[in-house]
Amino acid sequence: MDASAITTTRATPPLGVARRRWNEDLIKLALLLAALISILTTTGIVISLARETIVFFGDVGVSEFLFGSDWSPIIKPQSFGVLPLVAGTFLITGIALAVAIPLGLGSAIYLSEYAGPRVRKTLKPVLELLAGVPTIVFGYFALTFFTPTILQDVLKLEISSFNALSAGVIMGFMVIPTIASVSEDAMSAVPASLREGSFGLGANRLQTSLRVVFPAALSGIVASVVLGASRAIGETMIVLVAAGQIAALSADPREPMYTMTSFIAAIGKGDVATGSTQYKTIFAVGMLLFLITLLMNAISIRFVRKYRQVYE
Amino acid sequence: MSDVTAAALEEAAGPEPLHVGRASDRARWTGAAFKALLLACLGASVLMLGTLLVDTGIDGLGRIDSDFITSPPSFVADNAGIRPALLGTLWLMGVCALFIIPVGVATAVYLEQYADDSRWWNRAIEVNIQNLAAVPSIVYGILGLAFLVRGPLSLGNVVLAGGLTLGLLVLPVVIIAAREAIRAVPPSIAAGSMALGATQWQTIWRQILPAAIPGMATGVILALSRAIGETAPLIMVGAATYVAFDPSLNSTFTALPMQIFDWISRPSNDVNDYASLAAGGIVVLMVLLLGMNAIAIWLRNRYEQKW
Repeated sequence: MDASAITTTRATPPLGVARRRWNEDLIKLALLLAALISILTTTGIVISLARETIVFFGDVGVSEFLFGSDWSPIIKPQSFGVLPLVAGTFLITGIALAVAIPLGLGSAIYLSEYAGPRVRKTLKPVLELLAGVPTIVFGYFALTFFTPTILQDVLKLEISSFNALSAGVIMGFMVIPTIASVSEDAMSAVPASLREGSFGLGANRLQTSLRVVFPAALSGIVASVVLGASRAIGETMIVLVAAGQIAALSADPREPMYTMTSFIAAIGKGDVATGSTQYKTIFAVGMLLFLITLLMNAISIRFVRKYRQVYE
Repeated sequence: MSDVTAAALEEAAGPEPLHVGRASDRARWTGAAFKALLLACLGASVLMLGTLLVDTGIDGLGRIDSDFITSPPSFVADNAGIRPALLGTLWLMGVCALFIIPVGVATAVYLEQYADDSRWWNRAIEVNIQNLAAVPSIVYGILGLAFLVRGPLSLGNVVLAGGLTLGLLVLPVVIIAAREAIRAVPPSIAAGSMALGATQWQTIWRQILPAAIPGMATGVILALSRAIGETAPLIMVGAATYVAFDPSLNSTFTALPMQIFDWISRPSNDVNDYASLAAGGIVVLMVLLLGMNAIAIWLRNRYEQKW
């Protein structure tokens, strides 16, 4: 390689010395440029969010935004306290996790510890199918079936037709595949020798699953839950369709509720003028959402690394 | 295997340690109950998916006929159809595919074949892709709005902007799948090619990529099926809800999920039953998605190579 400048001038290069091929370098450069598009995407996201957020904080104080409990960006008197949106997001995420953690982990333990290869081959596609359902479809199901038929008719709840409960429960089913597949991976990565040791000491499958495999896979399981939570926080359509659009600081899941995502989408649906206050709120709330999900993803990556290090 | 082990242990224990036998009787019941509980967890997902498909199917199948597919939307629900939305979705899929296939494959080739992991910028690219996969779709919508529709590129709320936004959203999926497909090609193939005097790029182009195509195609189809089911980014980039003409690359557009969302948002009454229109749209969308997934699974099974 080093001798290229000299060797290329000779008629036949000596064996073992490669002629420098410029097109090979060009190809490598082109591929690198393609890889940089993903970096550009992140940069674009950060710049687009930060630029308008900084302008927004020129009008509204940072502490008023983060700790204010009244969100009314359109109707005067305007007020920009984001807490109602954050509270709505976390309440609905909490409901979703209350559904998805037990069902997702139960499914994962069954698939990893109990199911034979054939059962697994037939049941896993169900979870994959569930993961592939567009969230607008879940939203439709929550609004037109789960709320009126299950919550209002069967369970006789006094609940408004747009409510946090229905959106949260259905979102839980959306999150199940994430929790189930990541934690099943973690449990499958637990070496068979640990299970054999447990069986050898006389433990049955229940004890082995819960007291040996589960703790051994705990970091991966935590990662799956954090990842599931971040999916739930970032989900838009189920909430937009089924949870209504009222920014009220309330802990009552029977009431309609805004989340960060559904607020952004509701504003984005109208044709907002660039530079207007509503336009800027999209970016400020988006920035907060982006930072929260980024943080959760970083935590989950850290936990996944931990179990990979231990067993691989 | 462990059932056998447990049974063998119980037999081998003999008459002496009585507590073992007694505990195992109870343990067997709790074991069975636990297994039933776990199955119920999976069953809940199956039940939910089944109910969703049946309920939407009942609501929507009655609406679907050739007029529904070929008519533009209408404020009179009985006359409304999904033609512009379906065409819009196909346009988005085309733009998205033209973007993600070259960029995704090139990124994967770079990361798997060229990138030196000890360089910080290559590690940065990898971590970055992992993080991008977890960014909420609505944030991509904001990016599309600020950079593609308005701002630097100023494309306007047209098919091209929508397709590129969806492309950026699913790019990490394609990259991850393509990397796995490349990694599944055994190194001996590459080594053999290099030993015969091929350059690195000749090896990649003539040996590695052809062997990795089925895996990559599966990843691309799955990414596209995720892209066309997305609604939130399209709301942000200003996809319209009422488009009565056939869209083209540089026109405003709507898409199936957008049209469904619009119908869900309208209050239904005796005259205009928008809810069943939404269900009809959902059935079409689900059939499209299931079809794409079936193709992906077929590809994976048909061309999967065991080396």
